[in-house]
Amino acid sequence: MDYIDPHIHMVSRTTDDYATLARMGCVAMSEPAFWAGYDRGSVDGFRDYFRQLTETEPARAAQYGIQHFTWLCINAKEAENVQLSRDVIAMIPEFLDKPNVLGIGEIGLNKNTKNEATIFLEHLDLAAEHGQSILIHTPHLEDKYQGTRMILDMLCDDKRLDRDRILVDHVEEHTIGEVLDRGFWGGMTLYPVTKCTPERAVDMIEQTGGERLLVNSAGDWGPSKPTAVPDLIFEMRRRGLSESLIRKVVYDNPLEFFSKSKQFNFTPRG
Amino acid sequence: MTNVRNGDQIVAESFLEVRAKLLEVAATLDRIDRACETAPLDEPAKSKRELLIEATKILLSDEPSRAEQLQQLFSRKYDTDWRQQLGITEA
Repeated sequence: MDYIDPHIHMVSRTTDDYATLARMGCVAMSEPAFWAGYDRGSVDGFRDYFRQLTETEPARAAQYGIQHFTWLCINAKEAENVQLSRDVIAMIPEFLDKPNVLGIGEIGLNKNTKNEATIFLEHLDLAAEHGQSILIHTPHLEDKYQGTRMILDMLCDDKRLDRDRILVDHVEEHTIGEVLDRGFWGGMTLYPVTKCTPERAVDMIEQTGGERLLVNSAGDWGPSKPTAVPDLIFEMRRRGLSESLIRKVVYDNPLEFFSKSKQFNFTPRG
Repeated sequence: MTNVRNGDQIVAESFLEVRAKLLEVAATLDRIDRACETAPLDEPAKSKRELLIEATKILLSDEPSRAEQLQQLFSRKYDTDWRQQLGITEA
């Protein structure tokens, strides 16, 4: 089955991974800007990273018939350096017209601090001013519930934002309800230890019907599995769920959400 | 709700896997307790062990949302006054 991985960090993966994903049915992916594992020191460091996301990765993916899209921001982990964050936010518009840019992301909170909230709000301003869709990172583990509620508070306060163009990612059992009930899209990340297993993700699909839900591997430089979405497809088939529901979650829903970005120009496999 | 399997099927398919996971939990608690015979847990580790025991109590309940309850148990509480505490102005 053709599928789309809406959240994967291919700058951290090998070319062999592109080949494997293509063989498993991946036809498109989106790569949100992310923390490199260390704090970058300058705006030029981010400019180079954004060139990698808008030039190098699309070309690398295209070699395997995969269409690569991206989201730009400075990650919440680096928001404690407020001045650098502001300089990066001011530079992002240089890249917003690149053909594979879908919007601003993955913005959000990490430890739910004042500086993180401040920079999150300034990213929302950027998205609103430029009419961009938004992809949101919610915190890990014990900080997730509080951080997700804070994020939803800030999003719902801002009347300029269209909730139908916002994906709140890394939802789990205690956050999925509020995200969907308030009209946002929800993303489930298949990290077995710190986020969600394919089995638990399928439980949530069964309970919600899969409406406005996306599933991703968030494959990156840490413990993660870039082929996690096919694992979910396998689990759904194992349970006897319909092919149309599987396709909805791993293909139709990402297409519908991405289509809200003016630069999403996707060619389905013929 | 789109679940297409009945309870019998789910039990049959999951029994060995869940049995193995429960054994892991039991063996881990035993391992911690054996180690405590030589040196007691410090306060942060003691709190985490207590959380694990609380979690097992949630498993015994008859409520339908055990996974969500476990997530809440392991979460920091949401404070509606967070803006005031951080000095963030409402839009």
